Amino acid sequence: MVVGSVAAIGAGLAAIGAGIGIGQIGKGAVEGIARQPEAANEIRSNMIVAAAFVEAVALFAVVVALLGNG
Amino acid sequence: MSFLRIKTLLVASFSLIAVLSVTNSFANENANEGVKEPAKKQEGSFNVTETILEHIKDDHSWHLWGDKSIHLPVILKTSKGFEVFSSEKLVDEHHEPVVYKGNFDYKLIEGKTKIVDANGNVDKEASKQLWDVSITKNVASLFVSVFILLVVLLSSAAAYKKTGVKTAPKGLQSFMEPIILFVRDEVAVPNIGAKKAGKYMPFLLTIFFLILTNNFLGLIPFFPGGANVSGNIAFTMTLAVCVFIVVNLSANKSYWEHIFWMPGMHWSMKLFLAPIELIGVFTKPISLMIRLFANITAGHILVLSLICLIFIFKTVFASAIAVPFAVFIGMIELLVAFLQAFIFTMLAAMYIGMATEEHHHEGHAEAAHH
Repeated sequence: MVVGSVAAIGAGLAAIGAGIGIGQIGKGAVEGIARQPEAANEIRSNMIVAAAFVEAVALFAVVVALLGNG
Repeated sequence: MSFLRIKTLLVASFSLIAVLSVTNSFANENANEGVKEPAKKQEGSFNVTETILEHIKDDHSWHLWGDKSIHLPVILKTSKGFEVFSSEKLVDEHHEPVVYKGNFDYKLIEGKTKIVDANGNVDKEASKQLWDVSITKNVASLFVSVFILLVVLLSSAAAYKKTGVKTAPKGLQSFMEPIILFVRDEVAVPNIGAKKAGKYMPFLLTIFFLILTNNFLGLIPFFPGGANVSGNIAFTMTLAVCVFIVVNLSANKSYWEHIFWMPGMHWSMKLFLAPIELIGVFTKPISLMIRLFANITAGHILVLSLICLIFIFKTVFASAIAVPFAVFIGMIELLVAFLQAFIFTMLAAMYIGMATEEHHHEGHAEAAHH
């Protein structure tokens, strides 16, 4: 029971980190598009790729949490 | 005004769901308290973790519809040679594992085939010599994706052979050409360089299309799909090992120099950096492996847990929330399926680019003189 709860806290902390990271990416992309609307498509695709990288780090943590749980 | 109306609607629907779930869970508690028999309790309770893991992991049978499923062949290699039999013989009609008497007595223990003795206990000595090379659900699904890839790619390749590149693409060709050009112009050329990109294009296209097809097949909930191939760590590890081999075999002298004896640094810093860079050689493919595995598995778990909400609340009204959310996550997973194939290929191309890059040492040499 205790192990499960600690793993859940770890997964939650990872979610906070990924949330901050994706928020920063979104902020940067929206600011970039506001300054240069003509580059919107390129910025958007780069934003999605960067967001996927950040998400992957959070999922690493989820995998570790699952392994610690099992 | 309309905003307020939507808000009230949302609040009403959420509170309805909450009330339904609360009353149901209270009802369950009472029912479970009343029934003291453990066997009956087990049948009534619904284990979410078990259900989700059962859908994610590999299996010996491939579910079609209702109670119909394909029983895939079990292929075992033991000290008495190879043995092939249907996986139907390892389970009874209630999907409970039973003992099959072949050269040895086989039984499925936690999804793995083991040799058991007369009392039904695992014979550890004999099980050590057991090699399970069965065609499982993942292997069969891999055959399906290979078949799709062969049909699509060979037919478009044949069209190029017949008409050449002078005429406009037709049919499947016009579907495949933009994707292949995308891999060349967005993935290979910027990372490897126009001169060397052609040499690595076959490898990059192979991993891209293999991951893409398996990701999409995994998203189909029924028969031809439904297996979790790219969410299987053995599958992603094989791809990562391929990338590791290609990167390190194509690495040039300056790549190894940058790993073991970083140019332009003080000797103490070089000693400090060498082990870190050496670990980096291995962590790069490992991160590729875990990234693909975790992304696809997490997507499957997410959809399954949303669907499981219906069975947790034990009401059909929960599907009003669960199904739209599952469709929404499914749409995101379509994006992720493409994105992960793209990112895996792009990182592989980037690592190859780093390994084959030609360095000009003027800057470093100058730094070393000072």
